[in-house]
Amino acid sequence: MTLLALDWILMLEKLILIAIIVFASLGIALYTTFSERKVAAVLQDRPGPNRAGPMGLLQPLADGLKLIMKEEIIPNSASKALFILGPAMAMTAALMTCAVIPWSSSVELFGRKIDLQIADINIGILYVFGVVSMGVYGIMIGGWASNNKFSLMAALRGASQAISYELAMGLSLIAVLMISGSLSLKTIVDQQMAPGAWWNIVYQPLGFILFFVCAMAECNRTPFDLPEAENELNMGYHQEYSSMKLGFYLFAEYVNMIMSSAVMASLYFGGYDIPFLDESTLAPNIAAILGVLSLLTKIVIFLFLFMWIRWTIPRFRYDQLMNLGWKSLIPLALVNMLATGAVILWQQG
Amino acid sequence: MDTIQILFFILSALALFSAIMVLVSKNPVHSVLWLIVVFFTISGHYILLNAQFLAIVNLIVYAGAIMVLFLFVIMLMNLNAEGEPRKNWWMKLAGVVSGGCFLMVMVSLVRQATELSGKAALMKTGDIGLIKNLGKALFSDFVVPFEISSVLFLSAMVGAVVIGKKD
Repeated sequence: MTLLALDWILMLEKLILIAIIVFASLGIALYTTFSERKVAAVLQDRPGPNRAGPMGLLQPLADGLKLIMKEEIIPNSASKALFILGPAMAMTAALMTCAVIPWSSSVELFGRKIDLQIADINIGILYVFGVVSMGVYGIMIGGWASNNKFSLMAALRGASQAISYELAMGLSLIAVLMISGSLSLKTIVDQQMAPGAWWNIVYQPLGFILFFVCAMAECNRTPFDLPEAENELNMGYHQEYSSMKLGFYLFAEYVNMIMSSAVMASLYFGGYDIPFLDESTLAPNIAAILGVLSLLTKIVIFLFLFMWIRWTIPRFRYDQLMNLGWKSLIPLALVNMLATGAVILWQQG
Repeated sequence: MDTIQILFFILSALALFSAIMVLVSKNPVHSVLWLIVVFFTISGHYILLNAQFLAIVNLIVYAGAIMVLFLFVIMLMNLNAEGEPRKNWWMKLAGVVSGGCFLMVMVSLVRQATELSGKAALMKTGDIGLIKNLGKALFSDFVVPFEISSVLFLSAMVGAVVIGKKD
C-alpha cells in the first residue's frame, strides 16, 4: 500500500510503537512519584503513603485525579498563551527523547520484523541533546509568563544551570563517542552487546560519573534543584500554576529522569544487553522481551539512585553549583576526553 | 507532487510566516519565540537536504543555546510593548526604502550567480551533510580554516571574560 511514496503500514507500526512507549513512560512516571514517596519514607523511617489501595498502591491515581479535579487558575497579569505553552513544552520535550532510545532488539510479528526503536537515526545522541536543550524553554516560558518575580528568578536559575551542565555533559559524552565511533544509540548498544565486548562503563568510569552528575542537574533533582528552592523562591518557576498544568511540570521531571536513565543505560551499561548471556542463542522474540526487561531493570536501578541521592544530600548554593559545573566538571571532562583520545591514538599505533 | 515537495512548501510557508511574526510581534519575548520557530523550520529544510548533522547542530547551538541567552537578556531587561519608543514616519519610510534596496541586491545576486543558475538543490540524495563525510571534509580539506576559526572563538571567549571581570 503506497501513497505519496510512503509505506503506510510502516507508519502505522511506528505510530503504535510511539503510543506504547509514550503511555508506558507516563505509566512508569506515575509510579515513580509513588516510589519516590516510599523511598523517602524508608530513608526517613516512616511508613509513607499507605491508605489508598493495598500498600498505598493506588496513591498515584488518587494524586492524578486530585490534580485534574483542582480549579484551574490563570493569573490576570499572566501572558495567557505562553502560560499554557510552558508546561506543554516541558512535557513534550521530556517525552520526545524516547524516539531514539533502542528499547530492545527486533520482534517478529505477523511476518514483519519490527524494531523496538522508533527511529534509528545516525545522529541519535545529538538528537537527545537537541531535545534536552529544548526542555529549558518549558521552564523559561512558564516562569516568565507567570509574571511573578520569584518565578522569573527561578526560571533564570534553571536555564543558566541547564546551559552550564549541558557543556560538561557534552564533553563527557565525546569520550564515549570516540570509543564507539558512532552517534547512533543502536550501534553503541550493539557494540557493547557483541560477544567478548565490555560495557562502556569499564572504559569510561570517570566519564560516567560526570554524565550522571550532569544528568541530575539537567533533571533539576536535588542537590541541583535550585529552580525549586522553596526557602528562597517560595516555590519556584511553577509557583503560579495550579491543577494539571502544575502536574505537567512535576510529571515532566519524572519523565526526564526515566529518559536520562535510559540514555545512561544505553551509553554506559549496555542498553538492553543481559550480562553474561549470549542473546543470539535465544529465539529472537524471547530475546527481545528479555532485553526490554533488562533495560527496564537498569532504568529502575538508576531511578532508585536518583531518589537515594535526593533524600540524602542537601541542596547546593547557587555559587557552589556554578563553581562545580564550570571549575570542576568541565576541566575533568576535558582531561577525560584528552586521555581517551590519547589512549585510542596509542592503540591504533 | 511527492512527499518531499509537500514538506518543502509547508516548511517554507511556516518559515516565512514565523519570520514575519518575529518582526510584527510587539512583545520582544514573543519575537524571540517566533525566531526559535524559524530555526526549527530551517532545520527541517536541512533534513530535507539530507544534512541531519547540520540540522541538529543548528537546533542545539542556535535554538538551544543562543536563543536562551537572548531570552535571558530580554526577560531581565523587562522590555514591554508600552516601553517601545515610537518611531517617526520618515524613519519608517527610510527603513522600508533601505530594506527594499537590500532585497533587490539579494534577488539580483541570486539570479545572476553562475553557480546557482539552472541548478536545483539536492533533495534527499546528497551525503556531504552526514556527520561522517562532514567530519572527514572538515579535518582534511578544510583543516586550516577550521582550526583558525576555533582560535577565533577562543579569543572571543577570553575577551568576554576580560570584559566581564570586576577589578
